[in-house]
Amino acid sequence: MSNAAMIDRYRWWEIILIYCGIALFLFFVLAPFFEGFMVSLKPLSQLFSSPYRFWPENGSLEAYRTMWISVPGFGRYIFNSFFISIIVTLIVLCLVIPAAYAFAKFEFKGMGILLGAFLTVNMFSGAVLLIPLFRLMRSMGVLNTYLAMIVPGVAFLIPSAIWLLRTYMIRIPQELNEAAYMDGASHFYTLRRVILPIAMPGIIVVAITTFIGAYAQQFIFALTFNSKTEYMPLPVGLFAYFGKQEVIWNELMAASFVGIAPAMVVIFFLQRYLVGGLTAGAVKQ
Amino acid sequence: MSVQRSAFIFAWILLLPAVLYVLAIVAYPLVDTFILSFTDASLKKTTNWVGWVNYEKIFNGTFAEVIVRTFIWTFFSVAFKMVIGTFGATMLNAAVPGRSLFRLLTMPPWIVPMAIGIFMWGWMYNGQFGMISGVLQRFGLVDGPVAFLAYGSTAFWATIITDVWIGVPLVTIYFLAAIQSIPKDLYEAAWTDGAGRWYRFRRITLPLMVPAIITMSMLSLIATFNSFDIIWILTQGGPSGETTTMIIDTYQTAIGSKKYGEGAARAVLICIFLSLFCFAYFRVTRRLNPEKRA
Repeated sequence: MSNAAMIDRYRWWEIILIYCGIALFLFFVLAPFFEGFMVSLKPLSQLFSSPYRFWPENGSLEAYRTMWISVPGFGRYIFNSFFISIIVTLIVLCLVIPAAYAFAKFEFKGMGILLGAFLTVNMFSGAVLLIPLFRLMRSMGVLNTYLAMIVPGVAFLIPSAIWLLRTYMIRIPQELNEAAYMDGASHFYTLRRVILPIAMPGIIVVAITTFIGAYAQQFIFALTFNSKTEYMPLPVGLFAYFGKQEVIWNELMAASFVGIAPAMVVIFFLQRYLVGGLTAGAVKQ
Repeated sequence: MSVQRSAFIFAWILLLPAVLYVLAIVAYPLVDTFILSFTDASLKKTTNWVGWVNYEKIFNGTFAEVIVRTFIWTFFSVAFKMVIGTFGATMLNAAVPGRSLFRLLTMPPWIVPMAIGIFMWGWMYNGQFGMISGVLQRFGLVDGPVAFLAYGSTAFWATIITDVWIGVPLVTIYFLAAIQSIPKDLYEAAWTDGAGRWYRFRRITLPLMVPAIITMSMLSLIATFNSFDIIWILTQGGPSGETTTMIIDTYQTAIGSKKYGEGAARAVLICIFLSLFCFAYFRVTRRLNPEKRA
């Protein structure tokens, strides 16, 4: 105990070195955000002035106002992004909660292989399956609808959600199951009334990571399976804007920050759960 | 009906929806890709069986070059992620005031929708007015503006750096967890024997991180190999194909040129590589922790 406290004590120059190291690392991680934010505050004329300067001179929030007009359908993109992510998350939860419970609490031949198969799915990107998925969506007649983005999105978020929730559910003592079963409760009743309430924190973590995953990864499917602006999620909507001849950068950056703000707020409040849940899952792996 | 048997059936009822979903949306398309790769499927109404023609075309064309480039791209991206992740995890593990805030600050690239992070890099690389070019000019390191995405060699590295940036948070947090799971008494024993901080890092931390580094580099290899958004948004595979990786080329062939058959053959090749990586990953992780199930 006392030893641990003593080896953690740094000399003054070590502390300086550590802070320099952290600063260097965080600079790499945060520079694009810093730069993007500064650009969103700069008036257009300053963006193209030489020499380059870090800070805006008389910065303003003008771009945050004008981008609503010059990025057509911006509000719609935000709505689409949220809508798609929420539906994807709900479907994933419905499929994954029972499956994770089965993986955590029952053991029989073939289960290990099945779990491995789910993990393998995780490793194939959507890009590899685009052609058959495109044909599948076309024959189902769902191209250019929300479903074209929801259906494949769900499939690629299932494996990691199962993995994370299973790790969490394994920690619930098996005796709880057995006690309920002894009392004559059915399997289903036990799951619903005994396990689900206890697993709630784990389910919340999975819901958040799935939502973020759905929000973050809606690019390639949306790009390929949907060409209608009214269904575009934010990343593809902005990409379409980005591809125009002349990009109004300060407005693009302002739009980006408005787009990421909700995710940032969620993370800020839930980061404790998130880091705990993720590292638990990662170490187990 | 025995208890055992009812439990077995119940477990399968629970698993079935997820299994069926993944079979329909992942397994079936995978089989379909394989079949398509032997046909001349395109936008035309008719589709003919053409045998190995698509595969022959691959090796007669520039695809061999693309494969090599993909591996170089992936190698450097993964290597940088491991080095920067190890550095970051070590720094964030140090017991200095503010570290929980610093840990929180590493997360944005991972949480923010990928495409939006990439837009920001698009501006950073902008030759006329971007930060990197601007700073280099200010410090007199280059004479004029450098449009990083306009030249093959710089665009290649620019896309790698963006990929590293997106991957680093997860690697760092994973490594941080690995460092924290190292038993404290090892450090205490070494400290009692008079080992300095650098010595302890080299002889205890780093060796005990090796399993985590190997596991993470395998996972990272798979993710990087699959990387699409970054290159597509920044360069779309250009200039003159110098950032075209296998995924990009497949997308251009299949979706861009509507040559489904030829695209499918490329996708099959990607699947073969991915299967090898997955196989290696399972082998390696099993060897690293033998008690692990599945």
